[in-house]
Amino acid sequence: MIIVQHIHSSHSGVHETGMLPQVLLALPFLLALIFYISCIVISKRNERSWPVHRTTLWTLGILCALTAVIGPVAVQAHGNFTLHMLGHLLLGMIAPLLMALAAPVTLMLRTLPVPAARNVTKVLKSKPMHLFTNPVFASIMNMGGLWVLYTTNLFPAMHEHTWLHILIHFHVFLAGYLFTISMIYIDPMPHGYPYLYRGVVLVLALASHGILSKYIYANPPSGVASADAQTGGMLMYYGGDAVDIIIIFILCLHWYRSARPKILEFEKKSTGWKIDTP
Amino acid sequence: MVSVRSEQFQFSGRNLLSGILFGLGLIAFFDEVVFHQLLRWHHFYDRSTTDIGLISDGLFHAFSWFATIGGLFMFADLRRRQALWMKRWLGGVFLGAGTFQLYDGIVQHKIMRIHQIRYVDHVIVYDIVWNVGAAMMIGIGVYLVYKTRRHRKEEVAQ
Repeated sequence: MIIVQHIHSSHSGVHETGMLPQVLLALPFLLALIFYISCIVISKRNERSWPVHRTTLWTLGILCALTAVIGPVAVQAHGNFTLHMLGHLLLGMIAPLLMALAAPVTLMLRTLPVPAARNVTKVLKSKPMHLFTNPVFASIMNMGGLWVLYTTNLFPAMHEHTWLHILIHFHVFLAGYLFTISMIYIDPMPHGYPYLYRGVVLVLALASHGILSKYIYANPPSGVASADAQTGGMLMYYGGDAVDIIIIFILCLHWYRSARPKILEFEKKSTGWKIDTP
Repeated sequence: MVSVRSEQFQFSGRNLLSGILFGLGLIAFFDEVVFHQLLRWHHFYDRSTTDIGLISDGLFHAFSWFATIGGLFMFADLRRRQALWMKRWLGGVFLGAGTFQLYDGIVQHKIMRIHQIRYVDHVIVYDIVWNVGAAMMIGIGVYLVYKTRRHRKEEVAQ
């Protein structure tokens, strides 16, 4: 046990996260925040308001991502697997969810001039987008990436090479975002997949996340002490559940609204009830 | 005889499915919170596990997490359609919960030997309580589902 911890600490003590990867990783998120706020300002100028809660969600999402890539959590994540896993939860699950709920594409479409907005829509309708937003594709990118990271030598290699560190962190965020928007449709989604299909793929993806976290619990990635892997694995398991429950809830809520019986809608309209549309 | 509305007949299957999903989710959640986390009688990973056990556990956990929420949304959907058939729905809950507990007690505990209910001597006593409890839930479930089905037949005959 002592030997393991010694190797572990000497391994991680050498390679601390330097300033360069922190700056490179933080920059896109800061730009995304500036971009979002600018869109709101332009929108306001055109006398179109934007809900405060969406702005709040975007800001919180950016803050979660930044917590994972710069500052104390990011720096210590190299030597501490539990903190690394906290970073993973923030960057790969919580930030993507909050940012997806902020409907950035909707905001962009309403802010851009009509011709530019048409081009964006064209991209959204394109064949590659159809593939990217397929829940199966998104799940393979997301879960497959995690399996490769934690069960191969990629994990120790990430701590050796700065470029690998940056690449993996971007992949974790982008795959997490893609996964979220492939399951719950907040922004316009020209190629929608049926609820049942999304539900089944979601269950399989969540299962794979749960299995991987238990696998890590029992088989620490190389360079990680057993106790650290156990805490990290449990954090991944329960933290994953906490985020998953929100995604499942929203997916079911959207189904509930879409499955609204037409006759009920008519009654509500005629009695002047407010109908909430997704 | 209690009269049953036509909406309830129309959504008879959804009443049953919603109940089964919620029952599965409920019992799995209960098992995890009470036995894994509060009593700590057994854990999510008892070292003697097999790969298949790990995978089946993971799949089941994800499914039950989804089933609890999905089942309750279906419940809400039935209510707004005025098609909720409480007796049939409860039948589904008992059937779902009982079936899972029996699967857990027989397949996971005894055949795969992933974990036992508790690591004590005479675990057979716990096994009997566990599996008889499961069988009783299935019995109540089958009875309620059968009763609500008979109503349906009578109604069709009229």
